[in-house]
Amino acid sequence: MHAILTVAWKEFRDDFRNRWTIAIAVLFALLALGIAWFGGAAAGRVGFTSFDATLASLTTLGAFVIPLIGLLIAYDTVVGDRDDGTLLLMLSYPLARGQLVGGKFLGHCAALAVATCAGFALAVAIMQVMQPAAQTLTAWLYIGRFILSASLLGASFVGFACLISVQTASKSRAAGLALIGWLASVVLFDLVLLALLVMSGGNPLERAVYPYLLLLNPVDVFRLVNLAALGNGAGNELLTGMTAGYAYAPALLYAVLLGWAALPFAWATAAFRGKEV
Amino acid sequence: MSYAIECEGLTKRYGALAALEDVTAGVPSGRVIGLLGHNGAGKSTLIKLVLGLIAPTGGRLSVLGENPWRAHRLRQRIGYLPENAAFHPNLTGRELLDYLARLKRAERAQVQMLLGRVGLADAAKRRVGTYSKGMRQRLGLAQALLGSPELVLLDEPTTGLDPQASRELYRIVGELRASGRSVVISSHLLAELEPHIDGALILRQGRLLAAGTLVELSERAALPAHVVLRAHADEVQALLARLAARSLPAQARPDGRVELQLPRADKLRALRELVGDPAVADLDVREPTLTQLYDWLGAGRPASAEASPCTPS
Repeated sequence: MHAILTVAWKEFRDDFRNRWTIAIAVLFALLALGIAWFGGAAAGRVGFTSFDATLASLTTLGAFVIPLIGLLIAYDTVVGDRDDGTLLLMLSYPLARGQLVGGKFLGHCAALAVATCAGFALAVAIMQVMQPAAQTLTAWLYIGRFILSASLLGASFVGFACLISVQTASKSRAAGLALIGWLASVVLFDLVLLALLVMSGGNPLERAVYPYLLLLNPVDVFRLVNLAALGNGAGNELLTGMTAGYAYAPALLYAVLLGWAALPFAWATAAFRGKEV
Repeated sequence: MSYAIECEGLTKRYGALAALEDVTAGVPSGRVIGLLGHNGAGKSTLIKLVLGLIAPTGGRLSVLGENPWRAHRLRQRIGYLPENAAFHPNLTGRELLDYLARLKRAERAQVQMLLGRVGLADAAKRRVGTYSKGMRQRLGLAQALLGSPELVLLDEPTTGLDPQASRELYRIVGELRASGRSVVISSHLLAELEPHIDGALILRQGRLLAAGTLVELSERAALPAHVVLRAHADEVQALLARLAARSLPAQARPDGRVELQLPRADKLRALRELVGDPAVADLDVREPTLTQLYDWLGAGRPASAEASPCTPS
């Protein structure tokens, strides 16, 4: 554990030093405030409106942005070290392969979690000051759940990035795969499900399967965690169409999201263990 | 004799390519051994096997009494300076060594001491990205010494170092030997390396060509000693004639000196005669150098060119 924490602390500090953490926090804060302020612009209203609507918009936005940031922050974590020659040195230290990947994973996850927490908490704090109606315990619980699930979603994609980084031979290839992975999970997965839904023509058996198929994508699980609590109509109609009113147990959703945070990382560790350098 | 590294029939193949083939050799504890061979000879593969970074395809390897493959804790007892050492450029020299010291569970007090030892105390707070190649190499040496390792592996350690820094490096190597540590130095700079090593492992195309102390290798090669004589100017021709008569063919150099090769078996007798020759004002005997041994062994030639002239010891 000592070795993992040492590597994690170094990666965390590197992310901070490289301005990643601050840039992500500022980006999240600006996006959140922008959504809150201009969220009602289409309806001709500018300014802070409904807290629920803001959180629903944030969820939709987070589902796009957080996976991308998770992938960007860590896609070169191993392959970059290999490219610049530091990997050989690191592996000559009393450090198991799993400890090295584990430390890198934890460090990047912590940096992303801190940025998520700082960015969104700052935005919500400003919203609460500007909008006294949102100064409720429920609002804080919502935002707490949002930050927790966003951090788990980020961890999931940091794990994917670690897996890509371990399996590829160059940084450019890793970057390409990361972008393809992002596109597949954020856009294509839902489109494919939607196409299947349309083609099935409302077959009851198939419709019963869709709620479970959504669990195969951490981005959708993140949406479900946040949108389900806000109620239908608060956000993604596509999602509500697919779930067809299926009521997920919150514990199940968190367990699945936690599993998605652990699985790619575990795969990356196993793959790296078998690699020769 | 105990060995820091011992291998028997050690083989590493990548598909059909044999990076290392049936190598049986040892690095005695407390000695400084040169790991020699041209590019592609298998030196880096052997170092990676010793560090446990790759698994052998066949044979047996023992490092400090343990099988190194995946025995990551063993690396606590090994220091390694990679060729062209690269480090995280955003850290300062001090931060980098602090980080590596934590990984190696070395005493933090060692960091400042080692930075001073390699002449980087003044640059300790600068980012490694701003270091020159020589400074990075010195930082690499400092990190290799963290935790006072029992075995130190130095891969081309003087690359990028100026002569003074190279001398300092070899002084540190001497101190390591004096304190009972084992050191393996992989290098192409044979002339530079020769005064600092006790023995050599010479690889060619993945096979062990020769192994032993420099004296053993020299005796096995039985290369002639090179002698340079200074004779009085008017006696050079007479001296050459006398040497020819004794079956010691010599030749005069443009600077007026005379040089000849003395067969090893006949060296002492011939030297006595030369010392007694009134024409000889001075003489200089040069034993075969490591470079000559290396060339004689054919380490730079393809393995198929000839049979190995030595049996590894």
